[in-house]
Amino acid sequence: MSEPSKEVNRHTIAVLVDNEPGVLARVIGLFSGRGYNIESLTVAETDHAAGLSRITIVTTGTPMIIEQIKAQLGRLVPVHKVADLTLDGPYVERELALVKVVGKGEKRVESLRIADTFRARAVDSSNNSFVFEIVGAASKIDAFIELMQPLGLTEVSRTGAAAISRGNKPI
Amino acid sequence: MAKKKMQGAEIVIEALKEQGVTEIFGYPGGAVLPLYDAIFNQNAIRHILVRQEGGAVHAAEGYARSTGKVGVVLVTSGPGATNAVTGLTDALMDSIPIVCLTGQVPTHLIGNDAFQECDTTGITRPCTKHNYLVKDVNDLAAVVHEAFHVARSGRPGPVVIDLPKDVVMALGNYQEAGTAAAEKYSPRVKGDQSAITEAVRLLGQAKKPIIYAGGGVINSGPKASKLLGDLVKLTGAPCTLTLMGLGAYPASDKQFVGMLGMHGTYEANLAMHDCDVMLCVGARFDDRITGRLDAFSPGSKKIHIDIDPSSINKNVPVDVPIVGDVGSVLADMVRKWKAAKPKQDKAALKKWWGQIDQWRARKCLAFEQKGEIIKPQHAIRRLFELTQGRETFITTEVGQHQMWAAQYYNFDKPNHWMTSGGLGTMGYGLPAAMGVQIAHPDALVVDIAGEASTLMNIQEMSSIAQYRLPVKIFILNNEYMGMVRQWQELLHGGRYSESYMESLPDFVKLAESFHAAGLRATKASELDDVIKEMIAIDGPVIADIAIDKAENCFPMIPSGAAHNEMLLGPNDKANKPISEEGMVLV
Repeated sequence: MSEPSKEVNRHTIAVLVDNEPGVLARVIGLFSGRGYNIESLTVAETDHAAGLSRITIVTTGTPMIIEQIKAQLGRLVPVHKVADLTLDGPYVERELALVKVVGKGEKRVESLRIADTFRARAVDSSNNSFVFEIVGAASKIDAFIELMQPLGLTEVSRTGAAAISRGNKPI
Repeated sequence: MAKKKMQGAEIVIEALKEQGVTEIFGYPGGAVLPLYDAIFNQNAIRHILVRQEGGAVHAAEGYARSTGKVGVVLVTSGPGATNAVTGLTDALMDSIPIVCLTGQVPTHLIGNDAFQECDTTGITRPCTKHNYLVKDVNDLAAVVHEAFHVARSGRPGPVVIDLPKDVVMALGNYQEAGTAAAEKYSPRVKGDQSAITEAVRLLGQAKKPIIYAGGGVINSGPKASKLLGDLVKLTGAPCTLTLMGLGAYPASDKQFVGMLGMHGTYEANLAMHDCDVMLCVGARFDDRITGRLDAFSPGSKKIHIDIDPSSINKNVPVDVPIVGDVGSVLADMVRKWKAAKPKQDKAALKKWWGQIDQWRARKCLAFEQKGEIIKPQHAIRRLFELTQGRETFITTEVGQHQMWAAQYYNFDKPNHWMTSGGLGTMGYGLPAAMGVQIAHPDALVVDIAGEASTLMNIQEMSSIAQYRLPVKIFILNNEYMGMVRQWQELLHGGRYSESYMESLPDFVKLAESFHAAGLRATKASELDDVIKEMIAIDGPVIADIAIDKAENCFPMIPSGAAHNEMLLGPNDKANKPISEEGMVLV
């Protein structure tokens, strides 16, 4: 067979799992034990009646590694479904970040102005600080944080990615 | 009508019975006392008391591998569970179905660093196929049923059920095995039909085919071995087996080219390297098999049948992947081959066999037994010849003797060869032999051992005595950790750091102290008599065979080398120094 591609790509993988103790440890243990990357990982119950949680993992690897990751996830007993959103077609990916910026005067005004262009909301303010809430793709949040850096950025809390395919079909 | 409530421990035993369990291997302790009480009060399940929990898991592995049933283990919390970890990992690597029940401190003490507490599910998560911590007595039966289903379905493996003491003491309801487990976990069994058709087409057109089969064929059951044989005959292709696959195809057949891999035959490895179509059946392109990956069988189309999708394209990219049970896929292949009647290139196949015969003519496994120093190859060969005509099961420890056993003891049937392949666990063979003998009380069970490995689980001699198991421990004694010594010779300038076995016990006296017979052969002329006597003695025997201390395992693909860079013997080694990348490999 022809030499497989060595190109490293970023993939967003959605995993439906039984919401039971230890399931997250199984997934994380799989990644650490086999040396795969985790760029971000988000998990919460999404179907209470069926007892299902959805884990969204952003990872990187060559096509062979990505295939391995999906196969390894698929063979965990509490895993119901593994979907590679990056491969399966267009999808929407969003992340939420809370960004604390401390400053006064012109810097404070500038931070508000930038927040406005990014459609970030101030969800808390004191006389020398803001907490902005920003939602978007990871790259947008990266850009926002970078711009806040000289304006008194002091703390960031990010959720990691949540993602879903476009169109009418579920994964 | 409401069912009568049962105690948790009784529920566990009842569920084991429903799963068809007749023997369990275990060791009691505080957290499992209620379970041992329940065992005491019944006769359907026999408990085999081991001497260390690690021995229990290996015994269950031998039991499972030789019967096709799930092996069952019962150990206590804390050290009971941690001692079982090596065996569980071994079973995971070699895909052996095991259910291991571990005691646990009562639920209200979990996390409190209680006496003999450990995080069993945490510790065993990466070394089991799946594990459970049962917190409600009413879940017990369903969990046990599910555990057996998971252990034996798909790619088999070990499953741990952690049982807090209060849960097994509480009263609850029994639940019969239903379909719930199968609904929750149902790996694909039937292969993709178009891929199977393509595989048949490729094999039909092949000029230089090879069929490379492994432990998956054994796991799929004796029928899969039969179908493998049918396919080999239909295609006229050479067949090679991995260490775990020995017995899946008869070694005595002329289409068998021997084991492949690091200590495989010259003809098997060169045929793998030069083939144009490779059919891999229930094997996983492990590093012991492939040698240097970028030089592995460069010109071939590869077809891979495996029940575990994660085995496909893991190490070696394949052209036709077929996910499914080996037995089911082979049945489809045989059927499609018979229907399609492919027009094979007979001239090309004849030429291919001519080439294979030339490789065979190198006689890579030849050895010379001269004088009175016993060659290990000769010892195995004689053991093989003198045990013919009787039902014989062979287990091994890990090291040189294991490779010699694989090379010189020929297996014609599946399930008769028990060895630690993936994990390479020294100390596996003796307890495994105990488990095999429990399952096959009338068969001859021989642990082909090294003196170093044997000592790793020697305590199980006491269990062997207790149950009057006529297990034979056949020690190839070279007073070295032989494989370590061999690598030190090849890779580290002959600096034999810590590989000499100082102060060995007198194995004859050791045998006697364990109520077994002890025999010894130090000269070639004594060997046959010792083997015959060992077989004749109606009871456990340790046969201490003093072998040539300097003998190495050949042929050998040195680490970091390709299939066609094999060393055939000691005189070969100067040709090419082992590369730096090779030095790093294990």
